[in-house]
Amino acid sequence: MTSNPILLLDVFLLVLVATTAIAVISVRSLLSATILAGIYSLLMALVWTNMHALDVAFTEAAVGAGISTVLLLGALVLTKRFSKPEPKLHVPAAIVCVVTGLLLIYGTLDMPKFGDPDAPIHTYRVPELVNQTVRKHETAAPRDKGHAHEGHPDDDFNGHVPNTVTSLLAAYRGYDTMFETTVIFVAGVSLLLLLRRRREGEPGVALSSPDQRHADVPEDTGGNG
Amino acid sequence: MAAEQMSQQTLIRVIAKMTIPFILVFGIYVILHGELGPGGGFQGGVILAAGFILYGVVFGADELRRRIPTPIWDACMALGALLYAGTGLASLLAGGTFLDYGMLQPTHAGDGEALGMTLVEYGVGITVCSVMVTIFLMISERRTTIRRGEEVR
Repeated sequence: MTSNPILLLDVFLLVLVATTAIAVISVRSLLSATILAGIYSLLMALVWTNMHALDVAFTEAAVGAGISTVLLLGALVLTKRFSKPEPKLHVPAAIVCVVTGLLLIYGTLDMPKFGDPDAPIHTYRVPELVNQTVRKHETAAPRDKGHAHEGHPDDDFNGHVPNTVTSLLAAYRGYDTMFETTVIFVAGVSLLLLLRRRREGEPGVALSSPDQRHADVPEDTGGNG
Repeated sequence: MAAEQMSQQTLIRVIAKMTIPFILVFGIYVILHGELGPGGGFQGGVILAAGFILYGVVFGADELRRRIPTPIWDACMALGALLYAGTGLASLLAGGTFLDYGMLQPTHAGDGEALGMTLVEYGVGITVCSVMVTIFLMISERRTTIRRGEEVR
């Protein structure tokens, strides 16, 4: 078992991931913590790649290492560079964390062994999905007639979408993906409602300083960086 | 301020100007190529947004707001979600069920499904990209209000 190079690489990467995670919470410099969080995401992307989950690795690298690092850096410009010193051990929090961790470990006891080929994930539904031979619902669109793909199995994807993940997300779980997109859209709209700058003097918006209230033309007309 | 200082550094400015076109092209490639290889609307949208945000970080968020005004980002947020739901509605109007892409081309259902999934991926990409850029623009604001006489972008 230990001679399996993939497993060795997995263990190596996961040890690095755990080390980075501990480093993130132990450093006091917020810039270091941000960069370490990016490194954490990059290492996780390598773990996903090692598991042949390329789409997940792609998302982890783009979101975890890319966007969230940049957004955290942007937030860092507005705040202080070092976190406040905190007490080393917060007993109730430590107890909650340990209990939750033990419960999670207890939960994994029921799971199939790592890499077990007889696990339900490898036998139920997934072979059909990977071979793209999922049966269509009877109300779905009919098969192509007189088309080059007519001989293909009557599936949800008609052999047109080689990336299984995309065909699962867009067709098999189309509603799910649509409402995910809606969640992102709603997040953007709430952001606009909460944080969009309003003009001073509008109803409900206070003026920034008392001496400006009676000034017709304030001196400060510069941009705001 | 950090953004202004950064645009004064020649190295950062040159590297950003050199890499941003490639980041944008790669993001578009990931969205367009989503149904064939790894990636898709979400990842591609995030990569596109990273390109715009890099521009904003190096040249300042105001410069990004000047190049692409915020109403465009607002419209794009809604446009992507609308494109997704509209694709579903189109297949509903064509006689199928909601999001039954095959009905978009009833004679060649497979082509219709490829078309529908591609449109849906574009929708996801547009929404994700514009929301990410909006988040960046929002957290880069200095003041919560616009002062009198200040230019509004």
